[in-house]
Amino acid sequence: MNALVSAPPILDVTGLDIAYRDTAGWRRVVQDVSFTVGAGEVVALVGESGSGKTTTAQAVIGLLPDNGRIERGAIRLNGTDIAHWADRRLDAIRGKSVSLVPQDPGTSLNPVLTIGAQVAEILRLHGVRDGKERRQRVLDLLARVGLDQPELRYGQYPHELSGGMKQRVLIAIAIALRPALLIADEPTSALDVTVQRRILDLIDELRAEFGTSVLLVTHDLGVAADRADRIIVLKQGQVQEQGPARQVLGTPRSDYTKRLLSDAPSLAPAAFRAAPANTPAAIIVEGLTQDFPVSGRTSFRAVDDLSFTVASGTTHAIVGESGSGKTTTARTVVGFQRPTSGRVTIENTEITALSGEPLRQFRRNVQLVYQNPFASLDPRQSVAEIIGEPLRNFEPIGKAERLDRVKALLDQVGLPADALDRSARALSGGQRQRVAIARALILEPRVLVLDEAVSALDVTVQAQILRLLQSLQDRLGLTYLFVTHDLAVVRQVAHTVTVMRAGRAVETGSVETVFNHPDAAYTSELIAAIPGRHLPVATPQYAGAAQ
Amino acid sequence: MSSLDLFVARPRRLTLRGLRSIDLTLVLAWAIIAIVAAWAVAPGLFTPHSGTIGIAGNQLKAPDAAHWLGTDEIGRDVLARIIYGSVNSLSGAIVAVAVGLVGGTALGLFAGAIGGKIDDIIMRLVDVMLSIPGLLLQLSIIIILGFGTINVAAAVGVTTVASFARLMRSEVIRVRRADYVEAAFGSGGRFSAVLWRHVLPNSLGTIISYAALQFGTAILAISTLGFLGYGAPPPIPEWGLLISEGRKYLTSAWWLTAFPGLAVILVVLAANRISQSLRRTS
Repeated sequence: MNALVSAPPILDVTGLDIAYRDTAGWRRVVQDVSFTVGAGEVVALVGESGSGKTTTAQAVIGLLPDNGRIERGAIRLNGTDIAHWADRRLDAIRGKSVSLVPQDPGTSLNPVLTIGAQVAEILRLHGVRDGKERRQRVLDLLARVGLDQPELRYGQYPHELSGGMKQRVLIAIAIALRPALLIADEPTSALDVTVQRRILDLIDELRAEFGTSVLLVTHDLGVAADRADRIIVLKQGQVQEQGPARQVLGTPRSDYTKRLLSDAPSLAPAAFRAAPANTPAAIIVEGLTQDFPVSGRTSFRAVDDLSFTVASGTTHAIVGESGSGKTTTARTVVGFQRPTSGRVTIENTEITALSGEPLRQFRRNVQLVYQNPFASLDPRQSVAEIIGEPLRNFEPIGKAERLDRVKALLDQVGLPADALDRSARALSGGQRQRVAIARALILEPRVLVLDEAVSALDVTVQAQILRLLQSLQDRLGLTYLFVTHDLAVVRQVAHTVTVMRAGRAVETGSVETVFNHPDAAYTSELIAAIPGRHLPVATPQYAGAAQ
Repeated sequence: MSSLDLFVARPRRLTLRGLRSIDLTLVLAWAIIAIVAAWAVAPGLFTPHSGTIGIAGNQLKAPDAAHWLGTDEIGRDVLARIIYGSVNSLSGAIVAVAVGLVGGTALGLFAGAIGGKIDDIIMRLVDVMLSIPGLLLQLSIIIILGFGTINVAAAVGVTTVASFARLMRSEVIRVRRADYVEAAFGSGGRFSAVLWRHVLPNSLGTIISYAALQFGTAILAISTLGFLGYGAPPPIPEWGLLISEGRKYLTSAWWLTAFPGLAVILVVLAANRISQSLRRTS
């Protein structure tokens, strides 16, 4: 892998400063970043949101947003400094010497052009004039990135393709001219784990075949561990640490890297939580089936004959890829929709039979935490109003007493007391999710349903929230129904698990059994797709992890 | 980066910097509205002349130092007439917007929030209202209610109920889909409480800016009806009526129509400008 160290680097970034203009003036987001990418090397830029990793990658290909500028430093591509080139000049090298695989395949293709036309465009721009030759080369490319039936795909529109297929098309565009450097900006974070694995495998193969260097931008240390030769850890625009992957992951020098490593669920040592024996069931789902009408008379079966039981005081995870029906199940359990057939019983009350006022009263016992804390909090309310609202709905207590209880809970979820009067808009993603959890907890429910509640958060914040949930469970004996696509998190937090696919339960059992001895082939595939298998040494424990 | 960055990066509109480099046209717009409002509250402070009683021998004087905007055919000061008339035009517009805002918002809120059959019925009624030309509907209502400033205002207001209801319904439907509304139901909120605490406040931003726009339109509509003779009876000064009365002397005394017309135009433009700024900040 690193046999080519002596060759001059393809990309050489030195002392790079980048600033964004916002309402307060120029704010520096990348500071004194230097690194190189050698020929045929995969270098991972790792960091949390706001660390400047995407900004750095954008600068390399000259695609900074309009309010961004390079203040200092050089970006040498094959020895030529392109840091201050004009757009027109960069056009000549974009696609040819350096190309980009964007983050979200869903929005990166033009919806009104066929796949063939979009791949052909880059060939046309770079001087392939002959239409027939262009078509042939596009077909070759589509086949090369692993799309079946390239002839058919050529004439299709983006909406006819799945997310993974679209990402393959984008990769085809990126490699069309065999660039020396491929920048992959979170190429798989919008995709399911099994698809993610196949896409990363494809990038690996193409590198081996064409000798392309890859700058891989990712928030996932597991992905970096599996794929990169060297890793650069960024935090708040500054390089914390860089070096060979083995060294950075095995013997990290900076505290921040240590912390990232201990917080990444995919790298955490597998210590399964054993389910307590002989506890009564808190949630019983029997033969749950949920149909949704689709245009006219046909209907779509989102959940098909699903049954599981969750013991009181334990965490049950529902895992599956997008479209598996896991969110639908969660919403039925909290009583937001009535199942087509089947029963859901929570704490000995059959909630599928409830409606109107009894259902409202029952909501005290089961609360839902949403995936996106930016959408689940009313932007016009203050934190105190948000957390206190469930109390207003159920308990006729005075304003002062309500505020006292909100304050007490705020402390429990680890938010500062001065957050009370702030608007939710002024909080970070992690803080918002704490507010959402506090709102769910203030009525002291018995069951908490968490629908991808940590999926949108950075790993360190995610780890904090997971620790918080665990300590609340230990203290209050809560039962969690934990819906997620992330098997690594399941391994860490759940006692029992149901694996879902296309609305059906593929496998149910204790986490230890399912992970160590999966019955279904699909489960094995999911487990194998968890990134981070190539971690060189046992993970060092960060001292702060126990808090 | 994670998908959440998209939300974090959204720039805030109201900032110190924004206030410092405030838009001159917006300041002007607010100044015009403030002056007209002051006229309506205390007309005596702004002019020594009477709005209704003419001075003999002063008929049809062109604008000069004594009468800045000239005098009319029975010697009344035109500026005084405009200043005293602002009460009628402004209160009429306020009533009209209030009728449209309250009626339309309520209808739209119920239609959007309850949905189903009720939504269908309300929205078809709204469609019917929208299909009738505004002026025709206003005239019909005035003929039923009788002439007069307040009746004219009510008529203008009723015709705007339909468009307010439409806009409100679409906003309510947008907000109702939001996670935080479902979360409010999930934490045990009753229907009315959720509507009042979450759906209404979050839908109102667009409606308020539309109301400012309607304020200008209402002044125009009231002036139109005043011009046609359905509004306040003479000698009460009302802007539309002023224009109508001056029409007879258009060739000999242009100031009789030009200045009241200018007043209407300025207030309407100011209201539009304010509406635009409200839409941006909401």
